[in-house]
Amino acid sequence: MDSYDTPESTPRHSASSRLKDYFIGATPLQKRLESVRKQTSFIPTPPRRKIPQCSQLQEDNDPQKVAFLLHKQWTLYSLTPLYKFSYTNLKEYSRLLSAFIAAEKQKGLAVEVGEDFNIKVTFSTLLGMKGTQRDPEAFLVQILSKSQLPSENREHKVLWTGWFCCIFGDSLLETVSEDFTCVPLFLANGAETNTAIVGTWFQKTFDCYFSPLAINAFNLSWMAAMWTACKMDQYMAATEFLWSVPCSPQSLDISYAIHPEDAKALWDSVHKTPGEVTQEEVDLFMDCLYSHFHRHFKIHLSATRLVRVSTAVASAHTDGKIKILCHKYLIGVLAYLTELAIFQID
Amino acid sequence: MRRAGPVLLNPGGGVWIPEASRPSVLGEVLLRTARNGGSQSGGNLPISEQDSPERTCAIMSSQKRVKDSQAQKSTSQVSNSYQTNLLAGEEKEDLNDSKHSLKHGQDNPAEDYGHADDQGEDALQIAMRYFEKGPVKTSQSKDKILEKHLKTVENVAWNNGLAPEGIDVLLNVALSGKFGSAVNTRILKCMIPTTLISEDSVVKAVSWLCVGKCSGSTKVLFYRWLVAMFDFIDHKDQINLLYGFFFASLQDDALGMQPHLQALLSLYKFFAPTLISVSLPARKKIYFKNSENLWKTALFAVRQRNHGPPPEPLKLMLDPAQVRPVKRKWNSYSVIPALNSSSCSKECGKKGMTLSDYLSSNRSFPLEQLKSFPQLLQNIHCLELPSQMGAVLNNSLLLHYINCVKDESILLRLYHWLSQTLQEECIWYKMNNYEHGKEFTNFLDTIIRAECFLQEGFYSCETFLYKSLPLWDGFCCRSQFLQLVSWIPFSNFSEMKPLVFDHLGQLFFTSTIYFKCSVFQSLKELLQNWLLWLSTDIHMKPMMNSPLETTLGGSMNSVSELIHYVGWLSTTAMRLENNSTFLLHFILDFYGKVCDIYINYNLPLVVLFPPGIFYSALLSLDSSILNQLCYIMHRYRNNLTAAKKNELVQKTKSEFNFSSKTYQEFNHYLTAMVGCLWTSKPFQKGLYINPEVLEKAGIAEYKNSLNLVHHPALLSYAVSFLLQEWPEGRTVNMSSIRGKKWNWYLDYLFSEGLQGLKLFIKSSIHHSSVP
Repeated sequence: MDSYDTPESTPRHSASSRLKDYFIGATPLQKRLESVRKQTSFIPTPPRRKIPQCSQLQEDNDPQKVAFLLHKQWTLYSLTPLYKFSYTNLKEYSRLLSAFIAAEKQKGLAVEVGEDFNIKVTFSTLLGMKGTQRDPEAFLVQILSKSQLPSENREHKVLWTGWFCCIFGDSLLETVSEDFTCVPLFLANGAETNTAIVGTWFQKTFDCYFSPLAINAFNLSWMAAMWTACKMDQYMAATEFLWSVPCSPQSLDISYAIHPEDAKALWDSVHKTPGEVTQEEVDLFMDCLYSHFHRHFKIHLSATRLVRVSTAVASAHTDGKIKILCHKYLIGVLAYLTELAIFQID
Repeated sequence: MRRAGPVLLNPGGGVWIPEASRPSVLGEVLLRTARNGGSQSGGNLPISEQDSPERTCAIMSSQKRVKDSQAQKSTSQVSNSYQTNLLAGEEKEDLNDSKHSLKHGQDNPAEDYGHADDQGEDALQIAMRYFEKGPVKTSQSKDKILEKHLKTVENVAWNNGLAPEGIDVLLNVALSGKFGSAVNTRILKCMIPTTLISEDSVVKAVSWLCVGKCSGSTKVLFYRWLVAMFDFIDHKDQINLLYGFFFASLQDDALGMQPHLQALLSLYKFFAPTLISVSLPARKKIYFKNSENLWKTALFAVRQRNHGPPPEPLKLMLDPAQVRPVKRKWNSYSVIPALNSSSCSKECGKKGMTLSDYLSSNRSFPLEQLKSFPQLLQNIHCLELPSQMGAVLNNSLLLHYINCVKDESILLRLYHWLSQTLQEECIWYKMNNYEHGKEFTNFLDTIIRAECFLQEGFYSCETFLYKSLPLWDGFCCRSQFLQLVSWIPFSNFSEMKPLVFDHLGQLFFTSTIYFKCSVFQSLKELLQNWLLWLSTDIHMKPMMNSPLETTLGGSMNSVSELIHYVGWLSTTAMRLENNSTFLLHFILDFYGKVCDIYINYNLPLVVLFPPGIFYSALLSLDSSILNQLCYIMHRYRNNLTAAKKNELVQKTKSEFNFSSKTYQEFNHYLTAMVGCLWTSKPFQKGLYINPEVLEKAGIAEYKNSLNLVHHPALLSYAVSFLLQEWPEGRTVNMSSIRGKKWNWYLDYLFSEGLQGLKLFIKSSIHHSSVP
């Protein structure tokens, strides 16, 4: 840190003229500020949301890639807009990131260059993974291991996967200039060390910032309600809730599983507005579950902490881990996660 | 050719040293070539376009001067050996030398050779002299003596390391070709620094490489040594200028196939393909192994032995994880990113750029070289920006830059980074770990320093306050947090009140008096920052149309709301804290700013203090409070008078004409003050107390009791005054202070430092009314 002397007279003219620009609300930065003010002064989440609709994937999606994203546990991160990211440079990024990974992994031990990595990095777009046409293309980054033997078996083992997306990210898109690419939601699967290396490279290269995205109990309740509300042809998994009771010496977990059809029936009984979920309905839905549980076990679940919600659509943990099970509602799930990510980076 | 290394060798003046064995001879020759400006020997050609440095050297050494120097050198060596021959044997010379060196004591560089015992030190000195002078050709026991001295140097080096001067001498020896390759290798291998390596030594060594005096293997070893010791070199400015030379030299066939150097070249080629023209085997496994670093263990051992705190560069070389074992952040060792130029990949990726293009073209100015303000001014149009904008926080030059730059992207990058970092680092925001509290405090300090430097708050900090203030305990990082409040950029107060001030208010009322005082302090600074901003801005662009604050009136409204809010806060606080004098000081401090807005900031606003503050101050038992009040009233009068005058001059009805209510309010306060302090007719209007009550309280004669003599805050002054003037007086008659004495008393009060009172009386009271 160099020490600076506070100047007697600073070049105030330029500074204040710039401030004035913001002040009149014309710049993206000012829009950001306004949006933060709005968000902070009112209830952080809107009181109503749409129930996820059947497959909203755009037509040009790659079913194989989409299938690859399902049934895996992803760790969630929020990500500030990428500066000077270009979809035409993905190949170059693969090359640079793989060199970076090699250098990081072998720091102090050895450095290999050129073709000799035993890992390979690929960047590819996830076509059709967007809410609106304005949303930027989602993209996938993978670290693959290369077999040491030059055998005919060219199958690469996937060591780590991460993907970036933005589903209905209008509120964020409006507040940045064209130098930025907004993919506020980042999902990673694989060793945390790899996530850290890839994240570091992105942060250094595109001047962005990753933060772990935790999901609080309030948002978990919303997920429970919205996902229960989804129409399913057949239920492949039970609806299950997990509450945590902080007690000494060990914390106590309460698991509460319901047959998915019963959950849906309960939801239908509290649900009024067609196509939408309101805060009232979410509260009512959860209260019904609480009172049912209390009737049987004399435990007030409302006094404990909801930590996990699993439904046939997806399951989410308060730590920021998610597993998406149902192909039909992929976009719906991601839209809500994008909203949470944008809220965190605001 | 400007940046292509060797030309700039010895930029410190290129002093000609007529001693044959100094490589700076070469430096001089090279410098001359450059000055010749291409008239001969391809001086203007970029290095890469020449076949090899060998050729460069050949061209250089074709110059007469070098030949001369070679000739001189051989003469000097001859005379050297001649001298030695005159002495009767080696032992004697050693003895003489040691005595000689002992005599000179402090001048001798060998003094610095660490913690070696005396004997070792002597031997080392002798050895160093021996190496400096060169081998004795005719002596039969030459090898033995050489071996002995070499051993001595090795022992000291491996045990304690060598001082910068020692390294300087030995580098010279190893690369000058005085001895054979085997000896040079041994010398290089034991070049372990105790503290640092002088940049000068390295530059000299590099110039030796140009002469072609040492073998390829010695060169390679030297490069390896340079890589290993890079962090120990005290400065790197000149070494940075030599990169062109390094690349050219490394691509030379004689060295190219060395695996380590090849690895280094491959790495550069990977990230900056245009810099490296030589083709490298792509499929070969190449490594830099730690175990292959000849010097690493020795460095470690020397450090261990010398105990003292490890020198800074060593830390850099060791695994940083050792310095900070627990690290939650990804791969970064400080909150604020390091200052790195934007990834060069964008530029280097372009094909068809030669090394010389790369080195000499008018590219953007690398951040790493930005050291001074004039440099910033010269390169402001082509400054390379940091890859992570957060790095500007630690660099005052770049803060200057972002202060005047109009690029929205730069500010957005900074905004996002700062917002997220504050959120992630904030120890209470996520209710996580308080163990990093110190780090967070330091981070906030850095931000506040930057804000003070820019005289401007960051928007990220404002949004951070919105989010974190509701969760703040009012204790953690209090000083920093309140400073952030004072740097909130000017905006609509009523919009900001629920986001910041309501939360702050809750903490305010439930916290100690010290917290309350700190809040007033920071609100005063906030007001000052807003006023400064408005006063400069308004005079630049009068009445700018803006959807947010359409007019100056709107802005003034916002300021006045802030002042009224503080008025409400202070009245309540005075009640809660039982009219604490301490608190009142801070409150009046705030009004010290408020009363002067019209004159000091040229802004059309006068807001008076609330009665709760005015009367508390007027009836205070503390003379400095009363003095402060007088000063503020005096300034209010001046401001209102100036405003009135302006109104009369302008005649037009502007929307900023102060309402008559403001004047009435002021006059009311003034009347009360004069009535109390001067005319002894207090509270004649609007206040009625039943005389019976006063009689019961024993203060039927109350009218005098608040004048300058009897006022509880000034009573002690009156007594001192009387005792001083009439020390013999048995009784003190307060009522005697009247007429002329009253005037003397006033002078006495003024001389006691009550300058506020003086100004107030001078401006607000007609002297005819002396009681």
